[in-house]
Amino acid sequence: MDRREVVLKADRLRVWYGSFLAIKDVDFQAKVGMVTALIGPSGCGKSTLLRSFNRMNDLIPSVKIGGSVEFRGRNIYDSSVDPTELRSRIGMVFQKPNPFPKSIFDNVAFGLRVNGYTGDIYEAVERSLRQAALWEEVKDRLNKSAFALSGGQQQRLCIARALAVEPEVVLMDEPASALDPIATLAIEQLIRELSRVYTIVIVTHNMQQAARVSDETAFLMVDDDRAGYLVEHGDTQQIFTNPKDERTEAYITGRFS
Amino acid sequence: MGFEIRRPQLLAARPSPASAAGEAPLFKRSSSREWEGRAARYFFFLCAALSIFTTVGIVVSLFSQALAFFGEVSVWEFLTGTRWSPILKPNSYGVLPLVGGTLLVSALAALVALPLGLGTAIFLAEYAPDRLRRVIKPVLEILAGIPTVVYGYFALTFVTPLLQIVFPDMIVFNALSAGLVMGIMIIPMVSSLSEDAMMAVPRSLRQAAYALGATRMEVSLRVVVPAALSGIVASFILAISRAIGETMLVTIAAGATPNLTWNPLDSIQAMTAYIVQVSLGEAAHGSLEYNTIFAVGLLLFMMTLLMSLLGQWVVHRWREEY
Repeated sequence: MDRREVVLKADRLRVWYGSFLAIKDVDFQAKVGMVTALIGPSGCGKSTLLRSFNRMNDLIPSVKIGGSVEFRGRNIYDSSVDPTELRSRIGMVFQKPNPFPKSIFDNVAFGLRVNGYTGDIYEAVERSLRQAALWEEVKDRLNKSAFALSGGQQQRLCIARALAVEPEVVLMDEPASALDPIATLAIEQLIRELSRVYTIVIVTHNMQQAARVSDETAFLMVDDDRAGYLVEHGDTQQIFTNPKDERTEAYITGRFS
Repeated sequence: MGFEIRRPQLLAARPSPASAAGEAPLFKRSSSREWEGRAARYFFFLCAALSIFTTVGIVVSLFSQALAFFGEVSVWEFLTGTRWSPILKPNSYGVLPLVGGTLLVSALAALVALPLGLGTAIFLAEYAPDRLRRVIKPVLEILAGIPTVVYGYFALTFVTPLLQIVFPDMIVFNALSAGLVMGIMIIPMVSSLSEDAMMAVPRSLRQAAYALGATRMEVSLRVVVPAALSGIVASFILAISRAIGETMLVTIAAGATPNLTWNPLDSIQAMTAYIVQVSLGEAAHGSLEYNTIFAVGLLLFMMTLLMSLLGQWVVHRWREEY
């Protein structure tokens, strides 16, 4: 495995919803400038794991966290950490495109405005839209509603919106699962592009997608107690060609899902 | 396979002469069912028709009697005159003092109800933990269920004396007290409809905003309220129409002095209060004096109709898809 700097590190992470243990004792690392894929069967807690990296789980009243998550060496669940501040440094893209019912421009500018951006907002919006490979398609209609865009364009808009606040890490929760194959391809190319600048953690149901876009892959599983756990984490190449654990092999060869 | 086993059981369970005879006519309509369906249709049509006939009846009676009034007083004089004195001579039929009274009280009510109602709705939809919401919502519903006559006496016997501590010269019947209490009265209308509109905003939009580093306040004011705006504005309009049409409270607390004024400390007379006054008085049926209430009633009807049309337009125009 690559020896790059670790940006995100989960240590014996446990997440409960009420009394239900959703993931147990997960150790995980995401390294700088890499795409790390989280794969595993439904209900294995990969989304829960992803959402504990930017404390989105906090929005669920009954959630409890055990263990720790470190972002650049600092425990993000420490009481001195402001989750709002944290989320502006760890961006997120969701499963379904969820643009605001505002103009294309205002969608991208939203994060800048709430974070008190003092630079040129127009410039930042253009930069983000270019990064998300959407600028050429929307530059003439920035004041039109975001809902006028196609699903794939909307998702790239959501990516642009997340990039606008210049996060260090971008978390993606099955970002292409609601899109058609062509739009999916565009998103995958975009993810490869973005990995030059950003550290990306992506949850995906689609193993080909994980193989195509990621540098490292973590495989999670779930047993009868319904608590997800990590089975294996390694270079994507190794996970898909030569998995160490037989459960990983069974999963990637499609013997269960 | 399962349903094939179940099916005969289902038929057997139904007491029908056909199955007792051993043959099961699966899709034959029974005549009693058909009759039932037809009867239900007529019944529900009747229910719907009743309210339509009532509305038509009200409009016809308003128009015909108001027409009698406008035979003697010109519409222009009625709508632009600034003195309303249909009983005391010299008679004058300018409705503006009554309209002004109604609008003054409604404006005061709106001043109280719109910010407080919206604030309550934001609190309930975005801030309140479930347990607290389960307490507050029923309390608001109780507030909405209090008879308006109770609000009237609350204004007259409780709020007015309190206000007189601040404004010692204020007379007992005044627009301020009635307006403030009416504002409290229509808060539940604003808060409950606005909260519904905000609860209908998808969670995914809130999550998107939170994930960008927005605070709860920013999520509420910059995402949820704009997305729910059409519902919120509709609740405002509905609440204001309610205030315009409200009768008991203004009759009891705001006075019976047609008075074209913007001073809320003055005594005024609202349109509805005037109608009450004349219908309880001794004006002879069919007299000009008696017919004034239909002219005022028609105008009131037009005003609330205009408000609800405005409401529909706003909902349609500002509808944000999400």
